[in-house]
Amino acid sequence: MILKPRLEEIKIIGYYLGRIILGLSLTMLIPLVLGLAAGEVNPAVDFILGLEVSLLCGFILTRLCFTDKEMSWMQGMIVVSLSWVAAMLFGAVPLYLSGHWKSYLDACFDAMSGFATTGLTLVQNLDHMSYSHNLWRHLTMFIGGQGIVVVAIALFVKGSGAFKIYVGEARDEKILPNVLHTARFIWLLSITYLVLGTLALGITGLLGGMKPANAFFHGACIFMAAFDTGGFAPQSQSILYYHSLAFEVFTVVLMVLGAINFRLHYHVWMGNRREIVKNIETVGLFITILVTFMITAVGLFRMDTYPYALSLFRKGFYQLVSGHTGTGFQTIYAAQFINEWSHLSLTGVICAMAMGGAVCSTTGAIKMLRLGIVVKALLEDIKRIILPQGAIVVKKFHHIREVFMEDKLARAALLITLCYIVLYGLGALAGMFFGYPLVDSLFESTSAAANVGLSCGITSVSMPTALKITYIFQMWAGRLEFMSIFTLIGFFVAIVRGRR
Amino acid sequence: MKKTPFFYLTVISLLLFSSFCSAQPVSSSELIKNAKGYDGKAVTFSGEVIGDIMERGQSAWISVHDGLNAIGIWISKPLLKDIAYTGSYKSIGDAVEITGTFHRACPAHGGDLDIHALALRKVASGRLLQERPNPAKRGLAIILLGTLIIVWILMRFLHK
Repeated sequence: MILKPRLEEIKIIGYYLGRIILGLSLTMLIPLVLGLAAGEVNPAVDFILGLEVSLLCGFILTRLCFTDKEMSWMQGMIVVSLSWVAAMLFGAVPLYLSGHWKSYLDACFDAMSGFATTGLTLVQNLDHMSYSHNLWRHLTMFIGGQGIVVVAIALFVKGSGAFKIYVGEARDEKILPNVLHTARFIWLLSITYLVLGTLALGITGLLGGMKPANAFFHGACIFMAAFDTGGFAPQSQSILYYHSLAFEVFTVVLMVLGAINFRLHYHVWMGNRREIVKNIETVGLFITILVTFMITAVGLFRMDTYPYALSLFRKGFYQLVSGHTGTGFQTIYAAQFINEWSHLSLTGVICAMAMGGAVCSTTGAIKMLRLGIVVKALLEDIKRIILPQGAIVVKKFHHIREVFMEDKLARAALLITLCYIVLYGLGALAGMFFGYPLVDSLFESTSAAANVGLSCGITSVSMPTALKITYIFQMWAGRLEFMSIFTLIGFFVAIVRGRR
Repeated sequence: MKKTPFFYLTVISLLLFSSFCSAQPVSSSELIKNAKGYDGKAVTFSGEVIGDIMERGQSAWISVHDGLNAIGIWISKPLLKDIAYTGSYKSIGDAVEITGTFHRACPAHGGDLDIHALALRKVASGRLLQERPNPAKRGLAIILLGTLIIVWILMRFLHK
């Protein structure tokens, strides 16, 4: 029997949601300050409006739903899933007001794409966008990449409720024993890399002939989009705009750093460098990049897409790593994927996108740890069949420490893997329903659901509204890894069909 | 006068140059869509210069946007002497017509899709944009600020 949620439960959800909205609204101060400093009057007003609307909603929610009770696990999950919807709705306000999006839905699409670190975009006339709006687009990726809830925990949410919402945001690994310290470590790490990455990319831009202000602004934006495996870029040509090998090399390094588990970063920072070569996720990432690149390269070679080996490597490897790490930077035009890349090459990129990076990183998709566990479980079962009946098979893997393979681990990994495959498939079906070919639909759907952002051209202002909503849902579900979404659906079912 | 091979080469080059100077501009989507067909051929491409002029030695990269896509143009620095404005939030860039060789996967630039410019003609001059404050947005911001202050005062009052 399903029980209808009590008013007190709804108030707890509303209260914590309000606090997260308050935390998020404060992040709009950053582009607002930049807008004022750069003399961008109308963009600054857009951010004042966005700030006011979100503060107002945050204040009203925290006041109306005021409670001092702790959250349950279920409520934590619901708060997280609703927080991402709220972030999209409020984050889209300044974007829509800028006039660079044709509708509020398009602005919501880009806001969700930013927060979920996807990178698909419906922006218009990007090359004439203000610094402040451009910064906000990239900041959404930085905030979403570290985790909206991680932001709120670091600022506003304390107590045992913090861990419940932290887990709900698809981060089931604590780096430090205390979740508040974990959130702060994630921010310390990200800001350290932000400074170093911005300097490196800014100097590269400067040496590449950009004006100093633009070079460092682009450096900061590209860093946020690369390290948070987001994929937005300040110019419409994405990374092709820079025509720079050094820029491509730096962004590849940043994308890979962003695709690595924050826990692994912590251990490497603490001096445990051997963990890099022992960890199941880094080993898995290395192998899958190698295999999928070989598939992509063979496809490009057979199609004679790039007549020179260096061009083939530069274009093929860049798009592949961009897809595998879930970033979505491109050094080719979207239409080139379909017109010039063979189906074999596209299959290599689709597989890479579908697999993703490490858990507790900024990437989306199935992720290396789960794939590693599924493969190990499969090998264990095969070994059981081959070995004599009485033989005991003990399987372990290394992830920070030695972990014994248990059935429940394999089951959980397989379940999420299955959910992702279904999500990729459903999005592809939706694309085909609207008349797009299978490969194009699968490519774009996997890109949306795995929070990648590579596009073969389907994502555009003219695509059907239902497909825009489908991709928004895919980005949201893919980023939160389903459990929070399932809980939210269950909660709504309980409201409608539950008994008092 | 004896006509050397160099003479013929010069005449052919001039004829070719004048023919593509008068050619109709090709759109960026046409170039990207039929990149194999245009690969290595002379094209005319027109649009607004946007972003940075990135100087690299004796040449530079500029981006020209024709309203559909921006394409990277590799151009020698002397040809850029007429460019005064590039498109950004605060300015509309100069409108230019580029004639040059289109590369689907440029061997000199790591496989980039680009145009190596032979000539640049400024079609229209860009300008700085004067930002006009939007009174409707400003009014709404003041109303919302008032509402926010009232809500905050009420919250403080109710809390007590």
